[in-house]
Amino acid sequence: MIATVVFLPLLASLTAGILAFISRGEDKKNPNRLDKISQYVTCAALIISTAISILIFKDVALSGNVQNLYLFNWIGSGTLNISWSLKVDSLTAVMLIVVTVVSSMVHIYSIGYMNHDPKIPRFMAYLSLFTFFMLMLVTADNLVQMFFGWEGVGLASYLLIGFWYHKPSANSAAIKAFVVNRVGDFGFMLGIFTVYLIFDTVSFEEIFAAVPQKANDTIKLFGGDFHAITIACLLLFIGAMGKSAQLGLHTWLPDAMEGPTPVSALIHAATMVTAGVFMVARLSPLFEFSDTALTVVTIVGGSTAIFAATIACTQNDIKRVIAYSTCSQLGYMFFACGISAYSAGVFHLMTHGFFKALLFLGAGSVIHAMSDEQDMRKMGGLGKHIKVTYVLVFIGSLALVGIWPFAGFYSKDIILEAAWAAHTNAGNYAFWMGVSAAFLTAFYSWRLIIMTFHGNSRSDETVLAHVHESPKVMLIPLIVLAVGAGFSGYIGYTYFVGQNASLFWGNAILVLDTHTALEAAHHAPIWVKYLPMGVGFFGIFLAYVFYMWCPRLPGLIVENIRPLYNFVFNKWYFDELYGLLFVNPVLYLGRNLWKTGDGAVIDGIGPDGISAAALNLTKRIAQLQTGYLYHYAFAMIGGIIVLISIYMLGV
Amino acid sequence: MIIQGLTFYMFSLVAITSALLVVTSRNPVHSVLFLILAFFNVAGLFVLLGAEFLAMILVVVYVGAVAVLFMFVVMMLDINFVELRQGFLQYLPYGIVIGLVLLAELVIVMSGWQLSPESLNAIAAPIPEAATNTHALGAIIYTDYIYSFQVAGFILLIAMIGAIVLTHRKRPGIRKQKIENQLARKPEDSIEIHKVQSGKGI
Amino acid sequence: MFEVGLSHYLIVAAIIFSLGIFGIFMNRKNVIVILMSVELMLLAVNINLVAFSAEHRDLVGQIFSLFVLTVAAAEASIGLAILVVFFRNRGSIAVEDINKMKG
Repeated sequence: MIATVVFLPLLASLTAGILAFISRGEDKKNPNRLDKISQYVTCAALIISTAISILIFKDVALSGNVQNLYLFNWIGSGTLNISWSLKVDSLTAVMLIVVTVVSSMVHIYSIGYMNHDPKIPRFMAYLSLFTFFMLMLVTADNLVQMFFGWEGVGLASYLLIGFWYHKPSANSAAIKAFVVNRVGDFGFMLGIFTVYLIFDTVSFEEIFAAVPQKANDTIKLFGGDFHAITIACLLLFIGAMGKSAQLGLHTWLPDAMEGPTPVSALIHAATMVTAGVFMVARLSPLFEFSDTALTVVTIVGGSTAIFAATIACTQNDIKRVIAYSTCSQLGYMFFACGISAYSAGVFHLMTHGFFKALLFLGAGSVIHAMSDEQDMRKMGGLGKHIKVTYVLVFIGSLALVGIWPFAGFYSKDIILEAAWAAHTNAGNYAFWMGVSAAFLTAFYSWRLIIMTFHGNSRSDETVLAHVHESPKVMLIPLIVLAVGAGFSGYIGYTYFVGQNASLFWGNAILVLDTHTALEAAHHAPIWVKYLPMGVGFFGIFLAYVFYMWCPRLPGLIVENIRPLYNFVFNKWYFDELYGLLFVNPVLYLGRNLWKTGDGAVIDGIGPDGISAAALNLTKRIAQLQTGYLYHYAFAMIGGIIVLISIYMLGV
Repeated sequence: MIIQGLTFYMFSLVAITSALLVVTSRNPVHSVLFLILAFFNVAGLFVLLGAEFLAMILVVVYVGAVAVLFMFVVMMLDINFVELRQGFLQYLPYGIVIGLVLLAELVIVMSGWQLSPESLNAIAAPIPEAATNTHALGAIIYTDYIYSFQVAGFILLIAMIGAIVLTHRKRPGIRKQKIENQLARKPEDSIEIHKVQSGKGI
Repeated sequence: MFEVGLSHYLIVAAIIFSLGIFGIFMNRKNVIVILMSVELMLLAVNINLVAFSAEHRDLVGQIFSLFVLTVAAAEASIGLAILVVFFRNRGSIAVEDINKMKG
């Protein structure tokens, strides 16, 4: 069954992929037949996978039957044995639900959103391919198989961001995403090598069994001795940073919005970017034994949360705001894992998957209604025209901000309570950063809603005339996701972090007894419990002040803090910094190696040099042929004299 | 002996001088004339060596035919005086150096000449004491060297044909007799017989 | 010095030969001088042959000299014929103008 879940999307992807190569226009009566076939095949496959995932969830997570399906052997070299196996425990089951539900909703939504695109089969194929790789990642039994899925989703992300490859901005965004991911993947690979060095195996079961014994081992690195597990965890975390766009390797996520909106919803909200969180949670038995690594994770997560939230307040592109919001929420998930509250992090992952996908698809609905306009400054007053979208986006935002009883309230609150209850420096830092980010989250979410749906319309006549509600095929996925955003928090609380948690999780997540953050979180004082929602309301109120009641206020404030505003608006100048440090030197080096090194030196000495020398030489030799008889006679006599001299002198 | 020596020096000096003047004269007619002079003096040298037949042949063939041929061509081509061009002086040092080197080497070789004793036994055609040079030459050419003689004749024949072929050109507008066409004419080709009505005309 | 031996004749021949060579590549005036220089060289060779014939008292030298004479005459005539045709086509026999084979 689990094999069906994982491989059905692959088959659908291959089918749609083959259809993508068949040229259209051969069937005059029904020119969209190939498109429809690819859409139906992929959507059907995903819906079947979803249904089976629900069954598996019931079986594995709720009833506690961990499965491990061995497929076949991959690498057998000395002591290294890597096999293709599908492992399903509670963590995997949760991820299966998230991935398949969101993916199937995105598939159905794409039928409507990408209706006018000329290359539908290719798009559906890529979406299904991505789903396959993600499922491979979450069902991996060993680090190398996880890495296979990891790389695969990176590939699918590249293909999908650059789907409209005729746009140069899409191309560069895709390359940027892939290259930044690569930097992270390099760390991941080094982490895998380190793990193998320590444990002599890459299979999860064996690693987790051996961790307690190797807890105090050291490893020699650059001449010094370091705690082995810390090094391994830090390297693996670099991989997670790249994939989940944490501070430092985040630059690709906003540019990834060049892809179509369903892609942003699937990959950059719910699934691919959460692969990092999943990896840290899956490796919890390893991370638990390295306090340094956990502290690093917490600090990076907290910093990302506040950093992305500040930038989201100033952006004008509707998708960019939501992208930075994703970045910020991922920071939450990471610092939750950092304080050993892995289950809270995964809980937030699940709820976030629902409401963030809802927000993205809702934004896609708005963009579709506004004839592909994405700048919020040109929107306004859409609430009365596209009511269903408005309500659903409103629900999604309430869930994001963490207002009771929506999903975000439960998941965000438990994270912040745990951060407070950790009572470590890193935990406190994360707590206050998290609260500030919650405030900013409310502010920018309502800024988005007010600028888009309320007030007077700032768009021009032609666009306004065309504003229409999305078709049912696009609204139904939104409604399904809204149901998830609404109820998943309330329903899942007890299972994920409440009383049934240990029964639910089983052995999937390990928390050492010394790390008591999650336990203590339940006994946190009242003010800690309600502070996030409080700042949330305050943020909403402030957004109304700024954008609804005193619309001149933002402009005045920005004028007074222009340098600070520029700093935040330009994404804290990270792109410029990286350009200065890495991109420009590499381009310079590459260009010089190409033009000077390859062109002038190698080509100059090699082919060009030899041909030029040959031409030069022959031209000079040709000058000997003057055509004058006396020159020839002269040469002959000269030669004779030389010969005679040689003969005479007896040489 | 002294007379011989003096004669030798006289002949050789004049020959060498006229050879020099052949190549350095401005007027091509002068060049040809100096060539003739050189031939004459070398013929004299030949007589001193005892090869009088060859000397006479030199005068008859070389001077009488070849040099006259040169003169013909020079006159026919109507060559003008050509001023000594600038390039001549530029290359003069190189030419003189080369010529001197060559001369020096030849002289070195030739003054140190020694006859090997075996060669005296390898004389192919010893000069008979009694006969004249002409008689002796004739006796050998037509017997031992007849083939070479015939080939030499062929060479001359070919040269003659070659010269004619090279310089022959068809001039337009000249009508020549074609004997074979004339002889092959029949009465039917040249005469037509018409029956003429009286008083009508053709 | 007045005892004229073989080497004297050989030296004379060498001098005339050198003059002939000198004439070939030093002349810039016309092509006929080249042909005449060739004749001079052949003459020098003839002197050599006859001198050796007299030295060895061997008639072969003179016979060979006869043949050289024949060939020289033939070659001179052909050379002049070529020259005449060339002059017809080109109108000039200045050596410096003859460089059609320039490559």
